[in-house]
Amino acid sequence: MRRPEFGALIGALSIFVLFAYFDQSGQFLKLGGIARWTDVAATEGIMAVVVALLMIGGEFDLSAGVMVGSSGLVLGLLVTKVHMNLYLAILLTLIFGGLIGLLNGYLVVKTKLPSFVVTLATFFLLRGFNLGFVQLWTGTVRVDGLHNAKGYQGIYRALATTVWAPNQFNVDIFWWVGVTILGSWVLTQTKIGSWITAVGGDANAARNSGVPVRKTKIGLFVTVSLAASFVGIMQCIKFDGMQASQGVGEEFTYIIAAVVGGCLLTGGFGSAIGASIGASIIGIAFIGISFANWNTDWNYAFLGGILFAAVSVNTFIRRRAERAKK
Amino acid sequence: MRTPLLQLKGVSKRFGSVIALSDITIDVFPGEVTCILGDNGAGKSTLIKVLSGSHTQDEGSFSIDGEEVVLTSPRAALDKGIATVFQDLATIPLLSIWRNFFLGREPEKGFGPFKKIDKALAKEVTRTQLLEMGIDIRDPEQTVGTLSGGERQAVVISRALYFGARVLILDEPTSALGVKQAGRVLKNILVAKSRGIGVIFITHNPSHAYMVGDRFYLLNRGKLVNSFEKSNVSKEELLRAMAGGAELAALEHELNSTGEAQ
Repeated sequence: MRRPEFGALIGALSIFVLFAYFDQSGQFLKLGGIARWTDVAATEGIMAVVVALLMIGGEFDLSAGVMVGSSGLVLGLLVTKVHMNLYLAILLTLIFGGLIGLLNGYLVVKTKLPSFVVTLATFFLLRGFNLGFVQLWTGTVRVDGLHNAKGYQGIYRALATTVWAPNQFNVDIFWWVGVTILGSWVLTQTKIGSWITAVGGDANAARNSGVPVRKTKIGLFVTVSLAASFVGIMQCIKFDGMQASQGVGEEFTYIIAAVVGGCLLTGGFGSAIGASIGASIIGIAFIGISFANWNTDWNYAFLGGILFAAVSVNTFIRRRAERAKK
Repeated sequence: MRTPLLQLKGVSKRFGSVIALSDITIDVFPGEVTCILGDNGAGKSTLIKVLSGSHTQDEGSFSIDGEEVVLTSPRAALDKGIATVFQDLATIPLLSIWRNFFLGREPEKGFGPFKKIDKALAKEVTRTQLLEMGIDIRDPEQTVGTLSGGERQAVVISRALYFGARVLILDEPTSALGVKQAGRVLKNILVAKSRGIGVIFITHNPSHAYMVGDRFYLLNRGKLVNSFEKSNVSKEELLRAMAGGAELAALEHELNSTGEAQ
């Protein structure tokens, strides 16, 4: 009961059963159906895991969603407009992501402003740039045509292809599982994990104990932005291009997945595996709603309901965990 | 003549024209509890900050093992074996006991990117160290938030001792606690003392001080107004000296006479 992901697991099972019951397509329980929702869960899940780490460290990153779009656009422009080598372009895109994360982190620890405000500014700056810059350069709101670039097939096989025909499981699932294992390992097995939890729980006490609070926080922001760049690259390769508005609004989906997975909004408590289970719930719900022939406009209302339920359960679990003997 | 583990001689500290401490001389011996008593505003906090390295004195000398040192930061003090346990204990409520114990100084095994915390060692050390403080935790994985205030303090103290503290400064450790918890804290102090640590117990509560103290320094308005050793002072004398002697006697007399009148 004390584990943060406990509530999420119960939630995932309930929602799975719910949509299995309402399924109209006959596909939901088949491998092909599972391939559909795991694909959604994978892209959400990679981000949810790193966003969970950041939230456990006591911070938010509202620019995480739009960074996916920005990175895809950077990659797309470098390849199709600058005609840069694909591998080099991917490397530069990741560096771009790292730098934005560094900027977010540095501004947060330097100004001591809430990260909510700092990254909200980054969010809108990037959102504006994505649209303005791409239109200025290409005259459209979309960058595409990467498939002609040398090495595209190899990258596609690594990041975006599907396996196990005819079920079409996307390889992003493997990346998702890998990121989840890595995130969970760092959080539970390494000293960095202790530090992340400590800076989110009580930054002052952590500093007094000798934890490098600033470095830990900046490191988390860089990790989130790097992951966003990675997902942006994945999507740009998968869809052979990028919309200028891609990723906007996703930042809240990541936060919801992390919170559903047991992360506290106040920091200091949470789980990487939980965040991935949270992402699975979102995947199951989104695909389940369409398989049930419900209007997909209800997706977001559904997310809201899940979030509300999850926060209630989490509050209960936290009270149990920190209840002091009087 | 024994050499004090820590000694202040003629220490003064000014902030602008305000004299926070003047001509303070204090000896701290290993295996003894040195109490520093004083009311609010007596200069206790400034003294703690000098002792813990947060402030450097303007005049006078600071010696450890008879050798003069200049402490410029809490880190430097810690390196010399002077650990301070602050009122708001440096623990993370939602983190487990063993993670708190080793926070910032995690034991690791493995190498390169595969380095991880040696959990078995960390948990075992935490359990045995706390057992020495008289606290039997069954599960080191329990969060610190589930411990009582006195137990949390025991965690902080045993952590300081484990990492080589020789002087332990406790800043008003009993002030916000109930009777039972204060008892727990006094027990912590005696355990530290029995392990040969020089304990500096800063308090405004003379009864608590008298129960565990070996020597007492009375601080008032930045000056050392009195000092006693346990052998040559009674609890009443200490109380009286602390409360300003004559004033308390007058108050006591007044209270007694009102009592008789009724």
